[in-house]
Amino acid sequence: MCLNSWGRFAPYCPDDTGQIASRPEKARESTGLRGVLVAFESCPIAASPRMDNPACTLILRAMDFDSDVVIVGGGLNGPTLALALAQAGMAVTVVDALPLDQRADAGFDGRGYALALGSVRMLQALGLWDGLKDSAQPMLEIKITDGRAGEGPSPLWLHFDHAEIEEGPMGHMIEDRYLRRALLDAMAAEDRITQISEDTVVAQDVQSGGVSVTLASGRGLRSRVLIGCDGRKSGTAERAGIKRQGWDYGQTALVCAIGHELPHNGIAHQYFMPAGPLAILPLPGNASSIVWTESNERAATIQALDDEAYLEVLRPRFGDFLGEIHLAGARFTYPLNLTLAERFVDQRLALVGDAAHGVHPIAGQGLNLGFRDIAALAEVLVGARRRGEDIGAIDVLERYQRWRRWDTAALAAATDGINKLFSNDNPLLRGLRDLGLGAVNAMPGLRRSFIREAAGLTGDLPQLMQGRSL
Amino acid sequence: MPVMNTVDEAEVAKFQAMAAEWWDPNGKFKPLHMLNPCRLDYITQQIAAEFDRDLTQPNPFEGLRLLDIGCGGGLLSEPMARLGATVVGADAAERNIPVAQVHAEQSGLQIDYRHTTAEALAEAGEQFDVVLNMEVVEHVADPQAFMTCSQQLMKPGGLLICSTINRNPKSFAMAIVGAEYIMRWLPKGTHEWHKFITPDELFGLIEKAGLDPVDRKGFVFNPIAWTWSISDRDLSVNYVTASVKPA
Repeated sequence: MCLNSWGRFAPYCPDDTGQIASRPEKARESTGLRGVLVAFESCPIAASPRMDNPACTLILRAMDFDSDVVIVGGGLNGPTLALALAQAGMAVTVVDALPLDQRADAGFDGRGYALALGSVRMLQALGLWDGLKDSAQPMLEIKITDGRAGEGPSPLWLHFDHAEIEEGPMGHMIEDRYLRRALLDAMAAEDRITQISEDTVVAQDVQSGGVSVTLASGRGLRSRVLIGCDGRKSGTAERAGIKRQGWDYGQTALVCAIGHELPHNGIAHQYFMPAGPLAILPLPGNASSIVWTESNERAATIQALDDEAYLEVLRPRFGDFLGEIHLAGARFTYPLNLTLAERFVDQRLALVGDAAHGVHPIAGQGLNLGFRDIAALAEVLVGARRRGEDIGAIDVLERYQRWRRWDTAALAAATDGINKLFSNDNPLLRGLRDLGLGAVNAMPGLRRSFIREAAGLTGDLPQLMQGRSL
Repeated sequence: MPVMNTVDEAEVAKFQAMAAEWWDPNGKFKPLHMLNPCRLDYITQQIAAEFDRDLTQPNPFEGLRLLDIGCGGGLLSEPMARLGATVVGADAAERNIPVAQVHAEQSGLQIDYRHTTAEALAEAGEQFDVVLNMEVVEHVADPQAFMTCSQQLMKPGGLLICSTINRNPKSFAMAIVGAEYIMRWLPKGTHEWHKFITPDELFGLIEKAGLDPVDRKGFVFNPIAWTWSISDRDLSVNYVTASVKPA
């Protein structure tokens, strides 16, 4: 069975010759088209085409395409998009600089993602969730408090409970290693996906009917559209001359996993500390993922400490509500900055995830935003293809940009604002934000809308985010 | 492409420039580009329903012979060819033909573009599974003769998709004052209001030509969202019909 749009011309789909051969009974009635059909039939698909035959010249041109879509970046967004497109019938090539086994390294390292409900639904629609749900921790409640080290949380706080919305848990915590592994396994099992590892894109060239990519190895790839899932330093965007605007927070996120004595009961905590927020996100068992933000200088000092001293710094911030704590994985640091590409699309090119927008991971929204991009882009491309449109045409790609740009800008501004409001020790602001948190908490309607936003259930939701396949 | 052998390079460059113009979504044919996804949704769904095709599969229109009357630069012909149909694109304007051919070649598509008319094709005895008659009937001198000719071009059991513009004060305001004078999407004089056709009149023409109307929908422009959508009820300006030729 042939899988791509020009598949009936492709030499690696021998059984498709049957489809062409079965056509003449309708074509016989035509006079003008018979010549063309005869030309197709007389040109053996798998054998060398005759150069003097115009129809065969076209076949050669069509064979130039390696796939419908080339995706640069094999992290989390690239494979997720590849699966969404391949499952809807497209041929996809994914290029990544790292070797596969390095990307699939299954060691526990404590990194995790707070998947919003919409993201979970997309993983369900892609057939990945069944394999992931046993290693995911449902987030049943989120408690947001203002705090200062040594003082514990302020008495006014904001409490989101999944019981307030009908859709169930507002999200799930999933460790990086499980999500990565599931995506790589699913890609390997999908025969419409070609993976190229340990190679990087060095040049891209847009032509009238497609886009050519040259890899460092010298290999060339041709497709209808090129998609950059290559992170906030996206080379795909840079080569296309797409500029980005950035803000540096002068802050670094310290990330680690801890084990604790008492159960977390599926409750996520976010403390807004003067230096930056501290998030405690429940992992399966008596373990939690910590995202802890400090100024760059302070973070460097803390990261340089040995494990015991590191825990000594964490303990007063963390409090003792989960009993004794210990480190349960490696320690990571991520400098925080916000970047936004001036546009998400160009001729035959689209940017997804951090390549389009790197947001402050303050609300765990980085991956969720990327998943929303994927759901929207996949729906736009699959819709265009089923309509017979050129999937790389700029008016097609602009539909994706229109769909995503506002949402992204709003969230980037909001997370930026929240961070500025909370990352300081001004007594007046502290009083105001305590009142604000208390006020939101006192108003169930407003609180529900915050929950739905955090769960990724607002806006013009793409089908995949509603759990529906394309 | 064989056509390239018979024209000189300057001509080819000119046609390429014209093709670029036809296919620029923000250029001269912007209104058609904006409407196109909506038209394609309707056309693909009607063909899929009539011939029992699955649009999620590759080449769903394989084996269907389709005629695009008034093909212009190929805005409908190319998508149909991409979906696997065997496409003949006909245009009475001679200069459109090499333009459409150049673009199809750039897109790697095989489309039989011809400088001819519906009448000439019918006289030659050509027949098609699908005839697209989009935004054409309001421009012809004798709509009934044109519709009868479309019927002759259809195989028994074939499908005709015909879109046009309604005739009422709203369509005058939108399609002529709005599109030609205010937005300047279309050159002044593109449309003559008295040639617009009401849905009842069009159904009359279709039935008189010996076809059975099976569906009609509106194409509605939303000036806030700046997009077109398909409406079951609002046929007040742009609308589309599907009819079949009795087997």
